[in-house]
Amino acid sequence: MPKELRIATICGMGFGTSLILKYGVDDVLAEAGITGCTVEACDLGSAKASHTDLIVAADDMRALLDGAKQRVVYLHSMTNKKEMREKVLPVVRELLGS
Amino acid sequence: MDLLDVLTEESIALDVEADDWRDSIRQVGRVLVETGAIEPRYIDAMIRTVEQIGPYLVLAPGVAMNHARPEDGVNRVCLGLVRLRTPVNYGSAHNDPVDIVIALGAVDHEAHLKLLRDLACFLSDEENIRRVRRASTKQEVIAAFRRCAERAAGGQS
Repeated sequence: MPKELRIATICGMGFGTSLILKYGVDDVLAEAGITGCTVEACDLGSAKASHTDLIVAADDMRALLDGAKQRVVYLHSMTNKKEMREKVLPVVRELLGS
Repeated sequence: MDLLDVLTEESIALDVEADDWRDSIRQVGRVLVETGAIEPRYIDAMIRTVEQIGPYLVLAPGVAMNHARPEDGVNRVCLGLVRLRTPVNYGSAHNDPVDIVIALGAVDHEAHLKLLRDLACFLSDEENIRRVRRASTKQEVIAAFRRCAERAAGGQS
């Protein structure tokens, strides 16, 4: 069984920005042919508390995520796939050990 | 529910004046109040969201997507879009100033998912955002979204 990586995309409420971000991350992972990840959109509080391996969030949320125990990737844009590829994929590959 | 089911001429306003970021939310909120999709109190809730959680909902350079919770006064799933004549700052580290102000109203955690998928797809191509900036009519804004939706549908078949 390959290891499964749990990724949380987050926003303040868990159903607006975090979903936009989830769809982008889903697409970028699929393009790169990376399997074995689940991407879940959630709100700030539940992301910090949940058993996710990686958080992807807006750079503007940096202060709110202080103290998160997971790895966090911060993005300047929630819609720029180039930035997602450059910042998210290396961390995902590292955590998957691939 | 597709994005074009809710983004109509009635939910778009072009070259609106706004004093600051709060006023930009009032302007896009007013459009949705006039369509009956939201209650006026939803506007205050969207403003409080930015005050409490910060400007993270400025998703991309110049583009803000404001929203609050369904129970804050949403009557039906809706999307409003206002293009500002003069951009305003939300306090975003990388994406200010904002001239495209979007407001989303959701009624639950499900009904707006396809709509947001469409919106994510649209915003991921900067050329689409440029089309909205260049549009001289509301119809041209809708045409930009339709073009994106048709291309996405074509890519899937």
